[in-house]
Amino acid sequence: MSERTEHVDSVATYTIVWVSLLIATAVTSAVAFIDLGPFSVVVALAIAVLKMLLVALFFMHVRHSTKLTRLVVMGGLMWLGILITLSMADFITRGWIGVPGK
Amino acid sequence: MNASYGIKSWLFTKDHKRIALLYLATITFFFFIGGIFATLIRIELLTPKGDLVSSDTYNKLFTMHGVIMVFFFLIPSIPATLGNFFIPMMIGARDLAFPRINLLSWYLLVIGGLFAIFAMVAGGVDTGWTFYTPYSTSYSNTWVIATALGIFIAGFSSILTGLNFIVTVHTMRAPGMTWFRLPLMVWSNYATSLIQVLGTPVLAITMVLVFCERTFHIGIFDPALGGDPVLFQHLFWFYSHPAVYIMVLPGMGVISELISVYSRKAVFGYGFVAFSSVAIAVLGFLVWGHHLFVSGQSLYAGMVFSFLSYFVAIPSAIKVFNWTATLYKGSISFATPMLYAFGFIGLFTIGGLTGLFVAALGIDVHVTDTYFVIAHFHYIMVGGTLMAYLGGLHYWWPKITGRMYPEGWAKLSALIIFLGFNLTFFPQFILGYLGMPRRYHAYSDEFQVLHVLSTAGASVLAVGYLLPAIYFVWSLRYGQVAGANPWKATGLEWQTPSPPPPHNFEETPVVTHDAYDYSTTVGEVIEVG
Amino acid sequence: MASEVHVETLAVREQFDTASQQKNASTLGMWVFLITEIMFFGGMFLAYTAYRSWYPNVFGAASRTLNATIGAINTAVLLCSSYTMVLAVRAGQLGRRKTIMLFLVLTIILGFVFLGIKGYEWWEKFEEHHVPGASFHLEGTPLQGQAQLFFSLYFAMTGLHALHMVVGVGIMSYLLYQTYVGKYTAEYYTPIDVGGLYWHFVDIIWIYLFPLLYLIDRHGPKP
Repeated sequence: MSERTEHVDSVATYTIVWVSLLIATAVTSAVAFIDLGPFSVVVALAIAVLKMLLVALFFMHVRHSTKLTRLVVMGGLMWLGILITLSMADFITRGWIGVPGK
Repeated sequence: MNASYGIKSWLFTKDHKRIALLYLATITFFFFIGGIFATLIRIELLTPKGDLVSSDTYNKLFTMHGVIMVFFFLIPSIPATLGNFFIPMMIGARDLAFPRINLLSWYLLVIGGLFAIFAMVAGGVDTGWTFYTPYSTSYSNTWVIATALGIFIAGFSSILTGLNFIVTVHTMRAPGMTWFRLPLMVWSNYATSLIQVLGTPVLAITMVLVFCERTFHIGIFDPALGGDPVLFQHLFWFYSHPAVYIMVLPGMGVISELISVYSRKAVFGYGFVAFSSVAIAVLGFLVWGHHLFVSGQSLYAGMVFSFLSYFVAIPSAIKVFNWTATLYKGSISFATPMLYAFGFIGLFTIGGLTGLFVAALGIDVHVTDTYFVIAHFHYIMVGGTLMAYLGGLHYWWPKITGRMYPEGWAKLSALIIFLGFNLTFFPQFILGYLGMPRRYHAYSDEFQVLHVLSTAGASVLAVGYLLPAIYFVWSLRYGQVAGANPWKATGLEWQTPSPPPPHNFEETPVVTHDAYDYSTTVGEVIEVG
Repeated sequence: MASEVHVETLAVREQFDTASQQKNASTLGMWVFLITEIMFFGGMFLAYTAYRSWYPNVFGAASRTLNATIGAINTAVLLCSSYTMVLAVRAGQLGRRKTIMLFLVLTIILGFVFLGIKGYEWWEKFEEHHVPGASFHLEGTPLQGQAQLFFSLYFAMTGLHALHMVVGVGIMSYLLYQTYVGKYTAEYYTPIDVGGLYWHFVDIIWIYLFPLLYLIDRHGPKP
């Protein structure tokens, strides 16, 4: 249990990440005004996921963190997935069978 | 634990043991409040006509019974009292990881409780403990917001307790206390904490949305504006179904301890029992839609949820089978806690198996919103959780207070509770199957016999609950001095004086054995006074 | 715990044996807290997903009335604040008191800038009658209820996010004061580290809110 296991990332690393985040924001804003049909959602969310990964891995130090921290993060996202997926299973399929009298 | 005296030393304590006792006093208070509502409900149901209270009052009675018992008794019951007291001791720690947050949790529960009590005194709330929209948001003219706020605040108490346990179990274990040497009580409370942490925030946001909808009519649950009341049910049950496991999982942990100690054997299939707790916690999050079978949920989603619901039976059954297998060739002692453990196994099995009935899409349509459902979940929550809670309280009472309870009286009250409980709730299975709907204060004459039986059982049950309250208090002064380890149990909590000193152990213990290592004490029978 | 190396500093609380045990506990505690936050916001993300799937056209029309430029600027402001935050944490790792304070102050200022822009946006909505309530009106659609639903979610989500920002600014101010009085050193800066996790998390929430509310419906069919 040594005290100095901390990684001190360089300012350059953080700066590159920060600039990438700003570029990603500019890209996602610009792409939104191009008509991609249903893919605009996909692209926007893909860029959001990318940005989240940058923030989490670098700014929140997940890339230096313990397996446990990663497990906690993955668990949290998975549970959000459960909430949305199983609920949407209802919202999407509810109209498939007509309700008598309606 | 008694290093300092006075009100202040309790209200500002950071000692997990004292906080556990604060919780004990608080939830006992709420239990008796909730019990008063239950009593009034049962008295009203003696006769088919609604003659004691009006239908509006009756609505408020069952709502407040549910709200108080679920959110202010059952959810905090075992984790916040027995868990709080013993988890740090069981893993060989001096305290929880965040003692101040632990104290904050207790204050949050009290503040939440004050809101709920304010709502009761001011005129009550009549939505049912489930707060279904749009009734709760657009129509009910009772104290919905105060109650919802109380639940919101108490929810944070629950979240913080869970967070504290998770961090404590991960970071505070004594040297040698590996994960697979942890007592099963710790495993099951850890699993419970996972649910508290992952589920409760969803309840919190749901209560916020109910608050917004009711105050500002923002439309989220209002069909007139395109909102969907069923969305509320999804959000609510995403928490409230797993919440059932928040209530019963810690009970299962207690039972694992009791079965092992009083049959002087290690729990059969330790790994299976440990992982079945986690499995229940995970699977419990995949089944909430079985509360929505008749709510206008999509049939296809209903099929998925019904199918998934059966999976919860697997880890639950593993536990029951393994407890039973533990008894095989054990030197069983029929001490009071063990009586409660036997009660738990039987009643939980009935509650669990009837759970399969209501998880089946077809049968559920028949029994939804009848007394069958009421009986089912009371078998789990009262027959399960409350039995385990009382069993655990008796088992650890000598450790908590340093005094023994009177064994004879305790056995008698365990018996009374078991009989009273079955007399109260078994008739309700039949009532429900015959079609008696829940939440009605008047009913057809043909149901009266069963309702009278149920009320008679409730009276017996009430006696059974009053007795321990009396003799526990009595034992504080007149009980036999217990000594450090009256049950000759193996857990770390028994390796320190009773009641334990402020930091639990004189020296941090070093663990060299698995949990429940009775190999050296096999055949030693516990003397029961 | 004779075998453990004791690192006794003032900052180690009595329930812990070592400083690193304490730091692990605090960090894990914050991460667990953050997953409760994921689930807390999750309820609203579910509501948004469900209603958007039901009413794509009205939601599109309502979304197009939001000012994407302002949204993008605010995103950039928040990302800058995350950058200053992480530099504050880095300064904490190195025990540079003045640098910590500089970056905390910048973070707080950027936090206020974000809230100011957000407030201006809300005020705009108020002027345009896009605030849910009796005077709500959205041009160009007969489905006023569903349009209002979009704005209800917009206000609930951005409002709750802003509330977290306010809490964040409070935490940063506290950290600033504690740094000022010399509480933190290279050996003990856990509160800054943990406070940083919270700040970045609030940033991540916005990273999702921005495209979901402002961007993905720029080209939907007219309702």
